[in-house]
Amino acid sequence: MHELSVCQALISQVEDIARQHQAEGIRHIIVRIGPLSGVEPELLIQAFPLASAGTVAQDSQLIIERLPIRVHCESCGADTDAELNKLVCGACGDWHTKLLSGDEMLLASVELAKTENSYV
Amino acid sequence: MCETCGCNITPGNEHLARQKNSQGQDAVTVLKNLLGANDQVASHNREHFDLHGVLALNLMSSPGSGKTLLLEATIEALKHKFRIAVIEGDLETENDAARIRAKGVPAVQITTGSACHLDAHMVHDALHHMKLADIDILFIENVGNLVCPASFDLGQHRNITLLSVTEGDDKPAKYPVMFRAADLVLLTKTDLLPALDDFDPDRAEHYLRQLANPAPVLRLSAKTKDGLDAWFDWLRQELLTQRQRARHGQSLRPAIQSDGARMHAEMAAHHSSPATSEKHPRYREA
Ligand SMILES: Nc1nc2c(ncn2[C@@H]2O[C@H](COP(=O)(O)OP(=O)(O)OP(=O)(O)O)[C@@H](O)[C@H]2O)c(=O)[nH]1
Ligand SMILES: [Zn+2]
Ligand SMILES: [Zn+2]
Ligand SMILES: [Zn+2]
Ligand SMILES: [Zn+2]
Repeated sequence: MHELSVCQALISQVEDIARQHQAEGIRHIIVRIGPLSGVEPELLIQAFPLASAGTVAQDSQLIIERLPIRVHCESCGADTDAELNKLVCGACGDWHTKLLSGDEMLLASVELAKTENSYV
Repeated sequence: MCETCGCNITPGNEHLARQKNSQGQDAVTVLKNLLGANDQVASHNREHFDLHGVLALNLMSSPGSGKTLLLEATIEALKHKFRIAVIEGDLETENDAARIRAKGVPAVQITTGSACHLDAHMVHDALHHMKLADIDILFIENVGNLVCPASFDLGQHRNITLLSVTEGDDKPAKYPVMFRAADLVLLTKTDLLPALDDFDPDRAEHYLRQLANPAPVLRLSAKTKDGLDAWFDWLRQELLTQRQRARHGQSLRPAIQSDGARMHAEMAAHHSSPATSEKHPRYREA
């Protein structure tokens, strides 16, 4: 749905990073996405060529790392894995939990292509 | 309405902000870092609301689950007690705003075209057509869509998610991102419950708790007016606490946006020489 906006935001961050490092191109963009981020990795991948066209990232590769869902139980204190539609404690079953990970949408790293003998 | 806070992007000068510089890049970053900028504008909107003691509520649901009819019933019952205004988000039409205006309160329509959700910029533009000093409660009726509206902070204080009984009681399990974002869940069209044998309100609530969401769940019918009193009480209470907060210079963000880590760069940029640039496949799943 809104993955094109998300992708444009991503490219814009990458452009800032490339500018700071005077990079001439980008090789990889590694993004970490949790299932509860509201962003569909497949749609992000589809949007990427459109959003990156004509930018410093246009020949780059988008790599998506999927993060697990983890919750902390406020009743028994356990940290456990959880599912997208079942964020309850894996140890005692209580639903009074806090999300530890799973809603992230992180730009984890950018690999810049930078000409060694360029002085600009 | 932005004179006090230094906001200066308006529909009138927006084209200047979009001008390209000599490298063909956006000169000003208004429309660039969309989510980052969205969050900034959302905070800015929230400042406007807090400054004027306005309570701003974001209504989200599937298309047709009863947002506009609930607003009409709410305005009818409360418009002599509170000053109410509405921002209407819709893909194409002005219909919803016209329905609200017919009830005698101000409504600004945002037609989003192809965008399936409202964003903070659209709401900010709409604020330029409203007098916040004359508003107690501002309802923002988001585009009918259970997916993206939950991902964009508009500057509201609270998220309200509607679930009509004709949609199935497992909707919270199917759309966890949306239902996790709710500060209040309204089960609507309950007058139809006797005609439906497959919607169990308790089961809907169970699925919501399975998302670790403690939000209150109210059952109501905007058509028969059953259950509306509890909704009105919730509104009164929220307005009261919003005014207390605003007086102390504090604010409130809705359920999810406070702990969202979206688009946060951990920045580990490293360099490599283009000499080694073999052909990469364009995408890879790690
Ligand atoms: N029986 C019954 N019908 C309702 C109720 N609330 C809304 N409806 C009907 O449901 C239909 C959609 O209602 P709206 O209020 O327009 O729904 P909406 O969520 O604003 O729709 P969009 O803005 O298009 O997403 C209309 O035909 C309403 O009359 C209710 O409490 N009971
Ligand atoms: Zn537990
Ligand atoms: Zn402003
Ligand atoms: Zn509507
Ligand atoms: Zn959308």
